[in-house]
Amino acid sequence: MTPLLTVLGVPLGAAMVLAFIANWRLAAWLNVVASAATFAAAAALFVADRPAPGNLLLVDDFNIYLIALTAFVALTTAIFSASYIAHEVERRRLTPRLLRFYHAMYQAFIGSMLMALSADNLGLMWVAVEAATLSTALMVSLYRTPAAIEAAWKYFILCGVGIALALFGTMLMYLAAQPALGEGMAAVTWSSLLSHAANFDPALLNVAFVFLLIGYGTKVGLAPLHAWLPDAHAEGPTPISAVLSGLLLNVALYAVLRFKMLLAANPQALAPGPLMIGMGLLSLSLAALMLYRRRDIKRLFAYSSIEHMGIAAFAFGMGGPLANFAGLLHMTMHSLVKAAIFFTVGHVSQVKGTQRIADITGLTASHPALGWSLVAGVIAIAGMPPFGVFTSEFLVVSSTFARQPLLALPVAVGLLVGFGALLLRLHHLAFGPPSANAAGSHAVPTLSLIPIWLHLALALVAGIYLPAPLVAWFQSVARLLG
Amino acid sequence: MTGLAFDIAHLLGALVLTLSFALLYQRRLTAAINVVAMQAAVLAAAAAWQAITRDSPHLFATAAIALIFKAIAVPLLLHWLIRRLNISSTVEPVFGVTLTMGLGVGITALAILLVLPLTAGETLLLREDLAFALAVALLGPLLMIARRNAVVQVVGFMSMENGLILAAVGVKGMPLVVEASVAFSVMVATFIFGVFFFHIRERFDSLDVSRLEEMQGERHS
Repeated sequence: MTPLLTVLGVPLGAAMVLAFIANWRLAAWLNVVASAATFAAAAALFVADRPAPGNLLLVDDFNIYLIALTAFVALTTAIFSASYIAHEVERRRLTPRLLRFYHAMYQAFIGSMLMALSADNLGLMWVAVEAATLSTALMVSLYRTPAAIEAAWKYFILCGVGIALALFGTMLMYLAAQPALGEGMAAVTWSSLLSHAANFDPALLNVAFVFLLIGYGTKVGLAPLHAWLPDAHAEGPTPISAVLSGLLLNVALYAVLRFKMLLAANPQALAPGPLMIGMGLLSLSLAALMLYRRRDIKRLFAYSSIEHMGIAAFAFGMGGPLANFAGLLHMTMHSLVKAAIFFTVGHVSQVKGTQRIADITGLTASHPALGWSLVAGVIAIAGMPPFGVFTSEFLVVSSTFARQPLLALPVAVGLLVGFGALLLRLHHLAFGPPSANAAGSHAVPTLSLIPIWLHLALALVAGIYLPAPLVAWFQSVARLLG
Repeated sequence: MTGLAFDIAHLLGALVLTLSFALLYQRRLTAAINVVAMQAAVLAAAAAWQAITRDSPHLFATAAIALIFKAIAVPLLLHWLIRRLNISSTVEPVFGVTLTMGLGVGITALAILLVLPLTAGETLLLREDLAFALAVALLGPLLMIARRNAVVQVVGFMSMENGLILAAVGVKGMPLVVEASVAFSVMVATFIFGVFFFHIRERFDSLDVSRLEEMQGERHS
């Protein structure tokens, strides 16, 4: 069995096994073990032979790093999830029956994301993104509260419409490719599309891209299609918020970028850049302003995810080696830091018994480990040195300034506005007199703090010194993206 | 393609679109479900007709899935759900029928204006099918916006899927993967919709989605 098949097979197999395991403690550990096996297989991809392009699956420089990142965050989230759900069972918010379902769906979700990342066939990619939507919609409604059901319903309807439009876009893409590639599978296989894209009908290609951008863009959370995102993040279990923000948004953006590469290969097609720049800027500015009015801590960081996906979309829209490099780095850094923040926030809302920002103060005094982790995480996500997010945001702004000074202005303003909102909230959350703890809350186990520190340490290392092989790697992908 | 074969295919495509319009003015839940079932049946006929005239037998599978699953099984399930949950059978539209129909006509015109010039190199049937399909796929979301009722939103979603399959059977040689996956997605989606209904029912007495919105996250605290 090749590493790639292992990467895809382990989560699916684990999902089936976990669906039958009634003991939730055992299931939580199996979940970790399966995620570790997936990550090991994903790491082995770097040394294994790559499959020949033109089949159902594809491994190239671009997706291999996202596969590894996805498997890594899935592993750390599984570790966090084990202690998170133990606490939820204690508080009787989740029953063992629901947890059986939760663990099976977690693995199914990870498996479908990895499938979407490694698909060479556009139909397969679409099915995988749809499967990821369905499994997360079910997990968002896990708590069965009215707000959770409403969030899941909204998520389902909006992303359902989005995914349907993406299918129409995929069909138009086939129609554009059919004269050059003939009928059948070749015309929906990404690698053969790329090599023949120059001969496609540019008008069809343009319209296809618009549908695909709107369709998959809904899942990226780009404004004005972001309405599902804050609700889904705030009402679901926190491990799901972490993988939604850290991984699913990346996968959807990855799908958009694959299609952008097809358009870039056709000289007559419309330049996809301005569309992505527009949506990215809108997301960034809107989310940065919305950050000020948030009263729910998970909702606050959900809006911050919209902001950061906006920055990444903007960077890819600018294009060119430097901006693409910045976009790739930003996707990676955002995944690591945002997942770490959601891990922290999950524990915070458990020890304080609330998600209301107004009711949480003085975390550094009452829970030093958690409080200072939150401080480090928010400083990192707000884009302050020495963390990696600073590097990527600095690259985005400076590369834009060199080419389009006028466009750099709204980006810089958006970043500053978001920065202010986050620091304002952080000051309230972390300092001052500590607020009361939830009844019966106890210390957070150190094991579940390790994923937080690991993520933040990686972001810190990336901010101080990016190893030369990694830089060369990102540069080669950035050139690939055009 | 002979004159008659083309005419029949054309007629079936137009019928799917007409039924989408019929959906827009239904005030009763059961009627809306019946209309979308009829639309799926017409879609099945359109797929089967393409299978015969173009000699592509795999389209029969698409037709069978549309007929058995979408025209029979799912509507029966929805009727059962309505009876079981005592859902009120009339739906108040958010905005009037005239406005909804006017918007629908506008959307159809836009779809035709977008698709016809774009596909100048293709056969006439494909071009019209694609235009109809896009119109149907966009009328679905219009219905979902115009009625704040969970069952009608499911119906709108199904009609949107009908439009997509109409496009897929019209495109020559489109690999089976896509059709199968659409059918699969409908199956899963409806199942989940059903699950949702139960949970909504557990907490609320009505399936009116606007009542859910009273609970919006920011306000409920």
